[in-house]
Formats: sequence, structure tokens, C-alpha cells
Amino acid sequence: MTGARVTASGWGWRHAGRARPAVSELDLDIRPGERVLLLGPSGAGKSTLMHALAGVLGDDEDGDETGELLVDGRRPSASRGRVGLVLQDPDSQVVLARVGDDVAFGCENLAVPRAEIWPRVGQALAAVGLDLPLRHPTSALSGGQKQRLALAGVLAMRPGLVLLDEPTANLDPEGVVEVRDAVLRSVEASGATLIVIEHRVAVWQNVVDRIVVLDPVGGILADGPTDSVLSAEGERLAAAGVWIPRFPPAPPERRGSPDTRGEEVLLSADDLAVGRVPFARKRAVVVAHGLDLAVAAGTATAITGPNGTGKSTLALTLAGLLPPADGRLAATDALAAGLGAAPHRWRSRDLLARIGTVFQDPEHQFLAGTVRNELAIGPRALGLGGAEQAERVDALLHRLRLDHLADANPFTLSGGEKRRLSVATVLATRPRLLVLDEPTFGQDSRTWAELVRLLAELLDTGTAVLAVTHDEQFVTALADVRLTLVPGTGPASGHSMSNRSMSNRSVSNRSVSNRSVSTPGVSTHSVTTGPRERAGTDAS
Amino acid sequence: MTPEIRPSAIARVNPVAKLGVALLISCALMLSIDWVSAAVALALEAVLLAWCGLSARQFWLRTAPVWIAAPFAVLTTVLYGQDSGAMLFSAGFVSVTEGSVSLAFAIGLRILAIGIPGIVLLATTDPTDLGDGLAQVLRLPARFVLGALAGLRLVGMFIDDWHTLALARRARGVGDGGGLRGHARRFGGLAFALLVLSVRRGSKLATAMEARGFGSDEPRTWARESVFGVRDGLIVTIGAAIAAAAITAAVLLGTWHFVLA
Repeated sequence: MTGARVTASGWGWRHAGRARPAVSELDLDIRPGERVLLLGPSGAGKSTLMHALAGVLGDDEDGDETGELLVDGRRPSASRGRVGLVLQDPDSQVVLARVGDDVAFGCENLAVPRAEIWPRVGQALAAVGLDLPLRHPTSALSGGQKQRLALAGVLAMRPGLVLLDEPTANLDPEGVVEVRDAVLRSVEASGATLIVIEHRVAVWQNVVDRIVVLDPVGGILADGPTDSVLSAEGERLAAAGVWIPRFPPAPPERRGSPDTRGEEVLLSADDLAVGRVPFARKRAVVVAHGLDLAVAAGTATAITGPNGTGKSTLALTLAGLLPPADGRLAATDALAAGLGAAPHRWRSRDLLARIGTVFQDPEHQFLAGTVRNELAIGPRALGLGGAEQAERVDALLHRLRLDHLADANPFTLSGGEKRRLSVATVLATRPRLLVLDEPTFGQDSRTWAELVRLLAELLDTGTAVLAVTHDEQFVTALADVRLTLVPGTGPASGHSMSNRSMSNRSVSNRSVSNRSVSTPGVSTHSVTTGPRERAGTDAS
Repeated sequence: MTPEIRPSAIARVNPVAKLGVALLISCALMLSIDWVSAAVALALEAVLLAWCGLSARQFWLRTAPVWIAAPFAVLTTVLYGQDSGAMLFSAGFVSVTEGSVSLAFAIGLRILAIGIPGIVLLATTDPTDLGDGLAQVLRLPARFVLGALAGLRLVGMFIDDWHTLALARRARGVGDGGGLRGHARRFGGLAFALLVLSVRRGSKLATAMEARGFGSDEPRTWARESVFGVRDGLIVTIGAAIAAAAITAAVLLGTWHFVLA
């Protein structure tokens, strides 16, 4: 089997109902076996090109095609099976209930004889390093495993061209490496051509031969060997939102004296256990316990740790959305402002000005048909007058560069726009504590920088920020306190860190090993290092 | 959503055969409303249950809905059913006659005799195997069968999605209040949001399936062979025998009451 050749001459595509083409005037020649990283600012048409190459873009009803796009000299829709595509969302690519059946699905569609399918399934699973029984239920897989399963399903079809559309955007750091290495092993073995879209250049830069940068106004911005494109275009790409290791986004300025931060505690947890009540059960299944922490005004707390340690559940509990499974969680008067101390007992409307929550998937929290109405929901529920509502909404639209989308349906926005909108909806009611679940997952560097800058500003005005995150850069840029959850026990060896000097950008993130280096600073915070042991930075 | 299927004699039977049995018995019992045919079918089914491989706990849990539904149906028919024969008891709207009591038992037994085999057959069948059977044995279109299978997998995510959506609404300030009407409105809103979410996920799944060569008009192969063998034919025969025995017994005892007559 050999790699496929990709040629485009003057190719373009306009989605039906859109004024502007998604891709236009594209000329490209990719040799068999080449490994290409496809870059470009969001809206440059990267995904459109991938879908076109995979032959799933649709027909005349779905859009207008110009020019010519060929895989091995044939139209992609005529060469099904020659091209395999792995998409971003792990959940929506699993087709069948059992691992073996799911991998076999593509082969069946290509009418591969039954006797040949099962050896292929075995080889594909081995290539991606999924060492599981064929009958293993796909619903029990982690995100990284699901992506490797999707890859195996594609590899079993023996494609000459493997397309990956942000295959690792929704994965934790371990998952990213897992998937990338599986991709490399398999294209190496098969000699297939590889095209990858990925915001995070560092993941792929040392393993691809060539970088192609699409120009949002049409055609190609840069094309060539990895190093030369990165040195020639790196800065411009970074400015357009691509993560280029040499040009990281600027960390935010934190105004205000760190010494005065964290004096006013808003929320405190004492031996807290968190969990969810499963369907049709009475008692919650505890996922983390023995948690002690205090959230203070004007400080940022990062909750980190591997998948499955209960980070999101903890965040939802602290946000007053889930009742604590055990232990004590109390809002101080500063936060409760006249209500009881248990946030989960507050009425939904009472949460608005007190605790705002940004969910991991923005689509979960969209309620309205337009961006403007979406932003007005919170202020209206608070009972603000029309003028005040409009003022807050307009200010946020402008602040988060969503003006031009005011009348768009939230579900039609791009990933970065959805993220900005979901944060804006929460800011519209000006909560004193902001809880965010993976706010920077899958974001380009521009959205990332905006988000971090916005949060820094909020912190400076005394808002407390609590974020569940895998993103070390985010922790470094903002966190005053870090709570690390480890499997099984809750916050064992959680390290408290005081990084007041981080705001001066002179010290990098502290890890467990140097926690003794804590500078006097956010002294009122304590984060447990074990179920009982207190290890706050009480040094002032 | 799909529970683990334990190996058992029934679990190994081709799902199409099981479906055939369930349909045969159901159709036979739908033709008449009398207690003899239902009782005979139920008794014969009970013998077959020994091979289904369900533990007692699993059996009662799964069939709980019919055990709850049947007595209710009996009670309401006894009290309000069509009266005939000698009056046994009467008070206001309520009248209990020999006719309504026998009708009640005919209906209650029917619910059990139709419900239990259906549930047991489902509980011992993997949906994927059923899909294979429908497509290969009954030759239903692959597009329909696989679309349904993939959709079934999405149903499993509904509960989590529903929970998350409810929490998100609480966070957005519209999660409570408004009394009963507010509850109803929120329920409607949540259901609609779940629908939107599912449609979006479904369309992404459709793209992923298409990218793996699904949906073309070319013929496809099946990785798992679904064979309808002698044993499966035997199972269908047993099902037909149960249906025939039920009808014969009812006719011989003179209780047969053809509903279409």
C-alpha cells in the first residue's frame, strides 16, 4: 500500500447560504507519504478542506465548488476508503457498542471480505496501542482511548491518506501524546500520507515534513519545510492564534498588590466530599473527599489532576450546583450577602450575582436563539431594567469581540466564539466568584490570551476565580493557589503554592518539589496536602 | 444503557428467532381475550425461562414493569370493566360482575404472557447482534439497521446530558421558581435542549460514519455472520407450538373469544 497524492488547482468551496467562500483559489500538491501540518487562523477553511478530501462535504445542495481537488487523480467522493478522517470530538465518532465491531465498521462498508476484516481489526488496534478485548464496551473508554479507537477504525480501512482534524484538542496532556504517537507508528508502518490540523504546533512540529498555512482571504499564506515556515511566518501565525512555541501569548498583567489579595474569604470547604447521585440511586458516589480549601476574593485557584479524580464534580459542588456528599461547604457573608451558608440551597436566581459557572462544553449552557438574547438572560433573571440590561449586554459584546455576531445563533459560532460567549453570559450578572471548567480546552492562542487577560482584570477588581484545568500555561499565568487531586484519595500531595511573584513574571510555576520556596503572599489560603494535614502558606 | 448479556442457551439463539417467538405469541394472544389461552401461554413460557440465564434478581428487576402493570389492569377492569353475568358487588360507579372479573384476569394474564417473553428476549440480546440478524437474515436495509444501532448508542448519553443541562440552567439563573407552571416550562425547555444537543451530536456522528464509507450504494459486508440455524428454527417452532397450544386449549374449553368476530 502506498500513500495517496493530493492535488488542488484553483479549488474553492462556498457553503450554501454563506456569502463568502470558506476556501478559495487553493493550489496544492502533496506527495505520497508526506506528513503535512495544516495551519491557519480560525475561519481559514482548514476543516472544510479536510471534509472535502474525505468526501463528506456534500453535493451541490450543500455548497458551490470551484476548481478541482483530487486524491490520486480522482474526486474524493469517488475514492471512498482511500481517505480516512479522524475528527475532534471523541464522543461523536464511536459508532458501535463494542470495540471490535466499531473498528470493523469501516471495513464492512468497503465490502472487505469477512475473513480479512478481523485480522485487520487486530492489526489496527495493535497499531494504536489499544490492548482491549474485542467485546470491550466502547462506552467505557476514556477520551484518549476513544480517539485511538477512531484512528484504529480509520487505519483498518487501509487508507492512503490519513486526515486528522484537531484530533487531540479535547484530550488531557497524556491523551495528546497517546494519540500522536499512535498516529506516527501507524503512518510509518503503512506509508500513508498524513494531513493534520492542530492549533498546538509543539505537538506535531518535530514529526511533520511540511507546514501549509491557509490564508483566510484565499489561497495559501505559506508552504514549505517545518522550520523555514515557522521562522518566516511564526510571528504572524502566533498573532493569528496558532500556538507557536517560540511566540507564546503574553501573560497578563496583574495590578494590585498581592499582599492585599485574599483577605476576604468568600467560600470555605472543610473536609468536603464531593460526588454525584447516579441515576435511580439515593446516595452520591463520592469521587473526592477530605478536601479543605478557602476561596478568597481577588485570587485565582487552579484545580488540577488526572482525568477521573473528581475535578469537575468538585467545581460543580463549589459552584452551588451539586450538594456536598459529605463535610462542610460554607459561603461567608461576603458571598452569601444575606442568604444561608450552603450555596446549593440558594435559588437559581440568587446564584447569578454570587457564583457564576462556565461549563466545559459551552453548548450545554446556551438557552437563547441569538447571542444578544443569550447575554440578556442573566440580567433579566436578576430583574434589571431594560436600559441596564442593554448597557451590560452591549459592553460585553464589544469587550469580547462579539458585536458582529449579536444576531447570530449561539450554536453557529466557532469554537473560540462559543467559549467567549459562554464566559460573557456569566459575566453579565457580575458574580463575585467565577467557576470555570476547562476554560482553555481546545482554544487558539488568541482566545486563550483574551480569556486570561479578562480573568486577570476580573481578579484585579476583586472577583475570585476557580478553574479546573489541565493547562499548565493557564496555571502559570493566573493561579495563586493550586489544588491537585490524585486518584482515589482526593487531594493527596496537593501543593499549595503562592505565586505572587508570578504576576511579576519572574518565577515559573511551582511544582511539588519546590513548594518550600513559597514567597510570603497569599497567606490566608490553605490547601490540604492530604485528608487531614494542613499545608497552607501561612508564612508572612 | 445496554447491560451485560450473560451467556445462556437463550442468549446464543439468533435474535431474529427470539423476535419471531415474541411476535408469534403476542399475535396469538391478541386474537382473543380469555384467561385460558393467556394462562397456558404463560405456563409454557415459565418452563422456557429456565434456559434464559437471567439471575432471579435480574429477572424481577427487568420484568418489574409488567408485574406492576398487570395487577393495576386487573383491578381497574374488575371495578370498571364491561359487566356481564351475575352481579357480585356494586357501589356507585363500581360494579363487580362475573364477566368483569373474568375479563380482568384475561387481561392481567395477557399482559404477563406477552410482556415477560418480550422483556426476557430483549434482556438476553445484544442490540448489535439483533442488528446483524435484521440485516442479514431478514435483509432489512443496512442504512436503516446501522442508523438505528448508532442512534441507540446516543440514547445512552441522554441521562448524563439531561443532568448537565439541568445544572447549566440552574447556573444561568433559570433553574427554579414559577411553581408548577415553571416546572412544566423548564421540563419542556430541557427536553428541547436535549433534542437540539442530540441532533447536533447525531449529525456529527453521521459525518464520522460517512467518512468511514457508510451510506454509499455499494454493497457492504458484515464482520459478524448472523446464521439462522436448525436450533433457531427449533426455537421458532417452539414459539409457534406455544401459540398453538394456547389457542387450542382455549377453543377446547370454550373460552376462545375472537376479538375480530
